[in-house]
Order: sequence, then structure tokens, then C-alpha cells
Amino acid sequence: MAAPLAPAGRRAPDSLRTHRSAVVRGGRPGEPRRVAYLYILPALLVFGLFVLVPLVRTAQFSLYEWNGLGASTWAGLSNYRDLFTEPQLRGAFVHALVLVVFYAVIPVLLGLLLAAAMSRAVLRGMGFFRVVLFLPQVIPMVVVAIAWRQIYEPNGPLNDTLRFVGLDSLARPWLGDYTWALPSVGIVGTWVGTGLCLVLFLAGMSRIPRELYEAARLDGAGALREFRAITLPSLRGELAVALTLTVIAALKTFDLVYVMTSGGPGTETTVPSYQVYNNAFLLGRVGIATALAVVLTLVVFVATVLINRVGERGQR
Amino acid sequence: MISRGERLANYAMLALFAVIAVFPVLLILQTALSNDGIVSEGRASSLHFENFADAWDQGHFGSYLRTSVVVAILVVGLSTLFSVLAGYAFGTMRFRGSEVLFYVILLGIMVPAEALVIALYFDMRELGLTNTLVAIVMPQVAQSTAFGTFWMRAYFRGSSREVVEAARIDGAGHWTTLWRILVPMGRPALTTMIVLVFMWTWNEFLIPLIMATDESLRTAPLGLAFFQGQYTSGTALLAAGATLVALPVIVLYLFLQRHFIRGMVEGAVK
Repeated sequence: MAAPLAPAGRRAPDSLRTHRSAVVRGGRPGEPRRVAYLYILPALLVFGLFVLVPLVRTAQFSLYEWNGLGASTWAGLSNYRDLFTEPQLRGAFVHALVLVVFYAVIPVLLGLLLAAAMSRAVLRGMGFFRVVLFLPQVIPMVVVAIAWRQIYEPNGPLNDTLRFVGLDSLARPWLGDYTWALPSVGIVGTWVGTGLCLVLFLAGMSRIPRELYEAARLDGAGALREFRAITLPSLRGELAVALTLTVIAALKTFDLVYVMTSGGPGTETTVPSYQVYNNAFLLGRVGIATALAVVLTLVVFVATVLINRVGERGQR
Repeated sequence: MISRGERLANYAMLALFAVIAVFPVLLILQTALSNDGIVSEGRASSLHFENFADAWDQGHFGSYLRTSVVVAILVVGLSTLFSVLAGYAFGTMRFRGSEVLFYVILLGIMVPAEALVIALYFDMRELGLTNTLVAIVMPQVAQSTAFGTFWMRAYFRGSSREVVEAARIDGAGHWTTLWRILVPMGRPALTTMIVLVFMWTWNEFLIPLIMATDESLRTAPLGLAFFQGQYTSGTALLAAGATLVALPVIVLYLFLQRHFIRGMVEGAVK
């Protein structure tokens, strides 16, 4: 706790002077300083105006029924009830869960598998592979979406390849297919996340002392035991980071759906963020949209806290 | 220690994943340089670099990129300044309420833009501020400042007490200590933060989509998305536009990849 500052007026004049000069010139680090408030002022101002106020307003909007133009009417919690009863809104959350599998679960498993397979290798040229594998993380999602739309085209590379190897029956307009549209969007998430997980895990593995593995092998541990006893526990921290980044990315998917499918065909690929946008600006249901945004925020919070809890417990 | 076969298998696996990672990028690049008969009228060369010029002019990507540059400069500049100032206070000074205030900002890092933009849009419309640079820039400044404050605080906390102490003995005040000593020493931490904020701003889609409807205020990813809506995919012009939009981030990434990877791995929860 910071020591409270005595009101300046109660001090003797000379001590006031030394005190004030300490504030202006700066005492030791960690000494109580009122000038700190000046330093944080711009950040707090902009943060308050453009994060805190809108956040409170969002929560407030979610309790009203409003089409964005006319008068609004008090709705209580009915918007929140609609999120669970309207199939289309509930569907968006179900789709988000499916995307979590594609964005987070598959990349993490793939990353672990590969990292484990390479646990014994000291490879040269890792720097190059790191740069390439991490590349999907930095490309704008809109560009990613356009590239993958082209891959999924009826006459795009994917269908061409399938036809070339004689699997004509599998070729289809992927993004227009009721069954395959959502997995097709999900695969793009897998593509974005796998490199990140692999880079993270390989970096984590390189910090595990090689003696551990040698000792385990002397004790006759097989590859599977080696992985469970050494690799997995050592990677807890990296796992937490990988899961945090990928799960949040899955929950907040927007650009990809907006550009690739606009939620279609039908409502097969709608996600919470897309429904927030859709309800607020296309359907004129601002109350529903904001309620959805509030729930999405809570889900993101809970996911972040849970993942990092698990990660921290393992590190101790 | 490890057999040649195993080493080869490892390289093969890495190579396979590397190929998968670059394939969509190369596909776009190849399409961008191709002649699909829509824009170019049978010009002779096999690599059609003129597609980029056409995207720049006819596709208005020149204008979209200009908007993006302006937005990126403003967001990076303002949020860096605010983050350095706030991070300095949180990292080196003791004051009442510092813990509470810091945790509030930390929570702010986790708030998704979805929870802000709708309310912001309607409130700013009330003030006549939608369709302005302010509406696109300030929400992003706020979000980036939250992250930046967190990031810079960690740097200032870890900065050398002795150096600060020595500066003070030489008569430097807190302002001089910050700008003359700590900021120059903290170049690596600052670079990482700037690179991350630049990437997030450049790639941001939802905020400019909602806050600005004027074509003159369209950022590059937004312009690309609208352009895509008008043309079928796989056309050279669209691919050329996509290349132009991705190019600045990719070039920066190739030069500063350590900062990108380190930043995302160490502190990025965005």
C-alpha cells in the first residue's frame, strides 16, 4: 500500500518546501509521488473515455430494446433470455465452440505431437523454420480469408487436387456446403494457429535439460512415458500462452466469417461477433447485440482466467 | 545422439508444415502476377506487375493504404507516448490507488472490441463524430495504451535502479531521467511494443468497419473486403490488392521477426 500523503497545508512551511522539491525533482524510486498522477493522466483519460465508458454503456444498452434510431423501451433481462432461446443466437455460440476445436485444440495437439517427435533433435536452420511457421500470425485476416476463399473455390486448388487424385466425389463448393462450410472456416483457424503452437513448444522444449531425457531412457522409459513425465509438465507455461491466444482468437472470430461466408450458407457459420454486428447494424436489434457482446466478453474473461490458472498451477 | 534417419524425418516434417504455412501466401502472389484477362489486354510478359498499378489506381488501394498509414501513425504514436508515461509511473513510483488503477487497465486488455464499438458508435453518432479519423483512431489508441502500459510497466520495473540513482545524483529530474536515460535504454522493449501495436492497428477490421462508412476513410483491410465483395475471387486484381495490403506487415515482420514472436509469446493476450 502506498503511504497516504498528508495534506500539504498542515505542514510547517519549511518542510513543505523540501517536500515539494522532492516531488518535483523526484525522490527515490518507490517514494510516494503525486506527479505520478500527471504521468498516468493521458492513459487514464483515453482509457476511461474509449474503454470504460463504452463498456458501461454497452451493459446499459443490453437492458433496453432499441432499433438504433427511435425511442428505446426498458427490456430488463429479456435480451439475455433471447440469447438462449433464439436458435440462431444460440447457434452462434455453438459454432464458436466448434471453432475452438479447430483454432485451439487441433493446433495444440498437432504442435505437441510434432514437438514431441522432435524432442531429441538438435536441428540447424530452426531460425528459418520459425519465421516461416509463424508467418500466418502476422498476415491481415482479410488477406488470409481471400487466399482461402480462392483455395475453396469450386474450381480452386483444393477441388483440383481432389479430382486429380481421383476423389471427384469429395470435390464440392466448400463454403457453400451446409455441412462443410463451418469446418472449412475452422481449418483456416487451424492453419493460423498451428505454426504459433509449434514455434512456442519447440522453444519450450529447447529449454528442457537433455539430461532429463537421458536419465529417463536409462530408467527404461518409453517415448510415451517420456512425453508424459518430462515434456508435457515442462511445457505448461507455453501451453497456457498457446491456449490463451488461440481460444480467444476462436471466440472473437469476425473478419474471417465476414469475408468468407457472411455467416452463410443459411446461418451455418454465424459466430458471436458476427451476430453482434449483424443485430446492431443490419437487423436493428441493438439490445440483443449488446447483450451478446456482454456475454462474449464474460466468456473471454472466464476462458482467459481458467487457462492461466491451470498454467500457473503447473509451474509451481 | 540421434540417427540420420530421425534427423531427416524431423526436417521433412518441418518442411511439410513450412510449405503448408506459405502455400496460401504464394497462391495469392502467383494470382497477383497472373494474366486473367480481366484487366490486362494481352500484354506480352509472363509476370504481370502492372496488376499492382491497376489495383493501386483503379482498385483505389493507393487511397486505402494512405488512410491505413495515417491511422497507424496516429495510433502507434499516441499509444506509445501514453504507454511510456503511464508505464513509467506504474513501474517506478508509489502512489495512492496505483494497484487498483493498474488492475483496471489490465482488465481492459481483455475486453474485446465487440463490447465497445456498438455503444461507441451510437454515442459518437450523437456527437457527430462518426465518419471521422477520431472515431477510427481513438478506440484503438485506448486498447493499445492498455496493453502498452502493461508492457512498459514491466520494462520500467526491471530497469536498473543504479542507473536511475546515478542520474538523480547528477541532478536529473524524473522527466529527464525518463527521456534521456530510461527510454533510450529501453529500445528493445519499445520496439517490440511498437511493432505489435502497428500490426494490430494495420490488421484491425471491426473498428474501422463500424466507425466509418465514407470510402475516403476506408483502411486497407476494409477496402480489400469491400473490393472482394464486388469481384469473384481468384482474379488478379483482387490478389494484387491483397498483396499490397499484406505487404507492409510482412516486410516489417521479415526485418523484426524476433520482436513479433517475442511480443506475442511474452505478453500478448489481445
